[in-house]
Amino acid sequence: MLRDITIGQFFPGDSPVHRMDSRLKLILNLAFLVIIFIADNYLALGISAAFVLSLYIISGISLKFIFRSLKPIMPLIIITSVLNLFLLTGEGEPIFKLGFITIYWQAIDTTAFMILRLFVLIAGMSLLTYTTSPIVLTDAIERLLSPLKYIRFPVHELAMMMTIAMRFIPTLIEETDKIVLAQKARGANFEEGNLITRIKAFIPIIVPLFVSAFKRANELALAMECRCYHGGDGRTKLRQPKLAIVDLFAFLVFLLFTIIIILTNIYF
Amino acid sequence: MGLAIELKNLSHKYSIGTPFEINAVDSVSLKINQGEFVGVIGHTGSGKSTLIQMINGLIKPSEGAVFIDGVNIYDKAVSLRDIRFKVGLVFQYSEHQLFEETVYKDIAFGPKNMGLNDNEVDKKVRYAAKIMGIDDEMLKRSPFDLSGGQMRRVALAGVIAMEPQILILDEPAAGLDPKGRRKVLELIKDYHENSGKTVLLVSHSMEDVVDYATKVLVMNKGRVFCYDDTDKVFSKAQQLQEIGLDIPQISRFALALKKYDVDLGNNIYTVKKAVQGVLNLTTNKEKL
Repeated sequence: MLRDITIGQFFPGDSPVHRMDSRLKLILNLAFLVIIFIADNYLALGISAAFVLSLYIISGISLKFIFRSLKPIMPLIIITSVLNLFLLTGEGEPIFKLGFITIYWQAIDTTAFMILRLFVLIAGMSLLTYTTSPIVLTDAIERLLSPLKYIRFPVHELAMMMTIAMRFIPTLIEETDKIVLAQKARGANFEEGNLITRIKAFIPIIVPLFVSAFKRANELALAMECRCYHGGDGRTKLRQPKLAIVDLFAFLVFLLFTIIIILTNIYF
Repeated sequence: MGLAIELKNLSHKYSIGTPFEINAVDSVSLKINQGEFVGVIGHTGSGKSTLIQMINGLIKPSEGAVFIDGVNIYDKAVSLRDIRFKVGLVFQYSEHQLFEETVYKDIAFGPKNMGLNDNEVDKKVRYAAKIMGIDDEMLKRSPFDLSGGQMRRVALAGVIAMEPQILILDEPAAGLDPKGRRKVLELIKDYHENSGKTVLLVSHSMEDVVDYATKVLVMNKGRVFCYDDTDKVFSKAQQLQEIGLDIPQISRFALALKKYDVDLGNNIYTVKKAVQGVLNLTTNKEKL
């Protein structure tokens, strides 16, 4: 049951999108976020959608993963759409009126635009985790945040914590499954009773889980210290990223995309 | 003696419908009598853990049926929770399930879930604590302050306190030091002898099973490799070795001697039996 959760699903590959420098990929991803919010007409959104779609095709990620990335935000989209639809008012006559429900043409327009914008946004952002392994990604974050070291922000430690956290997600899920079974074997009941009994029913799972997580953390810390880990100072890296031709190319393509979006904004 | 457990054509597949489909347990049929002490052996991935979880209703079989006291436990009218009180299952590294403030409260978790009143719960806790050698002073302590072996015994007591008719233990001695191992196994043996309840002890090591089990079930690749009296199973020592099982050291010694035409007999699995074999050999020679 808990096994179905995947976080930062990564599909290894050797496409230009995969080979891009992860730092650049991360920055362009953030830039993409801004541009999607700048785009204020359907043509610009259409171009963005085509851009994302072609990136998926280039990277060799199956298009069905676009839908998979949209799934978790569907409830959010549906709720905001419904609210928008009923609450926004517009000029002229409402096109639908029933009791207290009135719907204006403009509300439909705004809602549709918002949905499209979110779809393109999420699909585009998901491409980052689809094509970059979590470890490379945290590495990129560490490097990009490294200037913050000068104001004594623990950049390396933060990145290390993220890496370790991601590494232990599957381990803890497995552990939880085991503890749930063991308590069930002792007659624990998670399905019946009122809210308070149900919450209490989780104590026999949460306590052992925390105990073992702390134990693991202690052991890991000890093992790291045994290998002379002492934080980020003076630490060298296995992966030394270098910008390559593919990055220059990616940057130029993205620049072109940005210019097109801005132009459509001006002329449409 | 009546039947305690009957398995009919029991199968379980993992990841059905994907390329990773595995037959963890493959059409297993067997009968276990009441009061029996069965050692279940097989190496990692032989399906023994899946098998025992099906017996206690934690994993639903893909095919087949499990009968406990003649009742099909996967029948719709049967509450699986009640079955779990009847068939006590102690998991591997069971000390990881401890969560209460005191040892007493932790052992009481199972009996409380059975819906008993405080008086009955108290009786059951003290009964189980006595069996597992847990004294009154230890009952008041936090389970997290105990040693590994002690925690294991508390976890075992937590299941025994439900007074299940069938007790299943998955590697109860794994990860303990030799002293802790012997103690836990001895306590289980005493429990079996005094209570007369059915006990299934799962292990990948025959050495754990050999001194205690009346019958041995050997699993291999999800199937029953053999299920027979301990004596008979160990007379097939060589075959067991071929499917990758670790046979007792003394059995290996007897097998090695056979190559030099020294035959101590077929079912040497304890030092006592080996000694007997050697004595037989010398007396036979004297006769010649």
